[in-house]
Amino acid sequence: MPEIRIPEISAHRPKAATHDRGAAETSLQSDVRRFLLSRGNSAWTDRGFHGLMVLCALSIFGIVGLIVWQLIQRSQLSWHTFGFSFFFHSFMDPVTHTLSFWDPVNSQFSALPFLYGTLVSSFLALAIAVPLAVGVAIFLTEMCPRRLRAPLAFLTELLAAIPSVIYGLWAMFILVPLLRQYVNPRLVDWFGWTGLFNNDNPTGLGFLAAGIILAIMILPIISSLTREVMLAVPQSQREAVLALGATRWEMIRMGVLRNARIGIVGGIILGLGRALGETMAVTMVIGNSPEIHRSLLSNGASMSSVIANEFTEAVSDMHVSALIEIGLALFFVTIIVNAFAQLLVWAVTRGTPAQTR
Amino acid sequence: MGVGIEVKNLNAWYGSNHTLQDISLHIPANHATALIGPSGCGKSTFVRCLNRMHETNPIARVTGTVRIGDRDIYEEAKPVEIRRRVGMVFQRPNPFPTMSIYDNVAAGLKLNGYSNRRALDEIVERSLRNSALWDEVKDDLKKKSGASLSGGQQQRLCIARALAVDPEVLLMDEPASALDPVSTSKIEDLIFQLKEQYTIVIVTHNMQQAARVAENTGFFLNGRLVEFEATHKIFTNPSDKRTEDYITGRFG
Repeated sequence: MPEIRIPEISAHRPKAATHDRGAAETSLQSDVRRFLLSRGNSAWTDRGFHGLMVLCALSIFGIVGLIVWQLIQRSQLSWHTFGFSFFFHSFMDPVTHTLSFWDPVNSQFSALPFLYGTLVSSFLALAIAVPLAVGVAIFLTEMCPRRLRAPLAFLTELLAAIPSVIYGLWAMFILVPLLRQYVNPRLVDWFGWTGLFNNDNPTGLGFLAAGIILAIMILPIISSLTREVMLAVPQSQREAVLALGATRWEMIRMGVLRNARIGIVGGIILGLGRALGETMAVTMVIGNSPEIHRSLLSNGASMSSVIANEFTEAVSDMHVSALIEIGLALFFVTIIVNAFAQLLVWAVTRGTPAQTR
Repeated sequence: MGVGIEVKNLNAWYGSNHTLQDISLHIPANHATALIGPSGCGKSTFVRCLNRMHETNPIARVTGTVRIGDRDIYEEAKPVEIRRRVGMVFQRPNPFPTMSIYDNVAAGLKLNGYSNRRALDEIVERSLRNSALWDEVKDDLKKKSGASLSGGQQQRLCIARALAVDPEVLLMDEPASALDPVSTSKIEDLIFQLKEQYTIVIVTHNMQQAARVAENTGFFLNGRLVEFEATHKIFTNPSDKRTEDYITGRFG
């Protein structure tokens, strides 16, 4: 075989050295080759890994599917009895002759007061949290001295890590007494005429307390997402506005908030999603009575709070089934709200204003 | 009409980095003045000092005097007033993507509370005509977003936006460096027309561009103004060896 030229190459080098190194390399190479050959083509480990990962991914669908299936299955009784009217009907209480919605003893169930409680407390929370959160985000991205930025952002995000039962405790022992003693009487005095603040509940519990505690709980998610989309606005947009002779506030309004608005709305809706489903803290301060009142100082109940409160005590099948149907409704509402919000946030951080980057 | 700019002993820093050292020069009214030099020589920092954009960076610092017209912009005015009188066009087109073409041009006026609709329409049209963009966008002024235009159109939109507030001075920081040759020549033609009404200061990498549009040219190197002369003098008979080396392509 004329291709083998090893003798010629080695002829250029000092004889002894070449010989030693050549021998070492050859033996090492063959060891490595033997080892690698013994590994086979690894096809089955690759397939196995692939299968395992697919299984992990599919398990998510499996879990969600099982949850939905169980919820639907177990709420059949209530669904067949009440149909759609489950979400809006009311009845006359035979004893007290008042409008009632929820009477486990007489097997009368309507989700209306819980829908109302969830919506009122959640939107109240948004009304309080959104201006605060956007303000925090503006301060953190545009005004805060560099050294303070990281610790402040960290602190706001730490709020999200506090367990909700701790918020609930804080609300019961600090917030509710504060409301009862100082805030509620003044709200009644000043804004009683609106009908939103009535003097009929001396406990301090109720929609307002729930709304405030929810606001504190959703503040970090809204402000951190708002901060993120504001940071995604290119510096050139800020400079463009400043160069036109804008003040700092005008720069933020025109150059930053305007470009980030879709993402901010996404953050707000994500906060709403969290507020809708929040259970523990709300249960501890909302008052837990299945009533509908115009006054924000009244006791109420939310979809999640009624489940948490009554599930362990529900004896009749109908009662259990009604609670599960409320759970099913809550499940769909939060899923849809969250999906919508993620879509908006994704749209912003992925592209829209970045076109000019 | 434009006004002249008088700069004396201007020094600027980014943190501890002394980016401009003792710059003094006179920029005449209603002329185009080009600033050339290699990357990082301080020419962009210099124009950003002329409308006090430099100090928007928290670690930046400036000393010295800049008089625009009859006012010392660092002693006798607030940044907001200065930026209303001194327009700026940036290296990368930065129209507002969430606004229509019309709103982009009107942004500076609306910002300052100008709300006369009829006058606004007129100003928008005049600004777009002045920036040679009117014919291309007149049919979808309010329909299309500023970001839907091509790069060259976006840059002319940004020029229209700067012109709409009727500035006395127009600063252009490498306005054509992100654009294709056709758009670049449109921008150059535009500078030629605009200098009849405005004082123009243009930063450029491109020496031919400086030679084509500017009456005067300044050569910056390492934060210093090496030479400031009539353009034909600087390109044919520079008095400094470094200028000659740069212009003949020995470095930069």
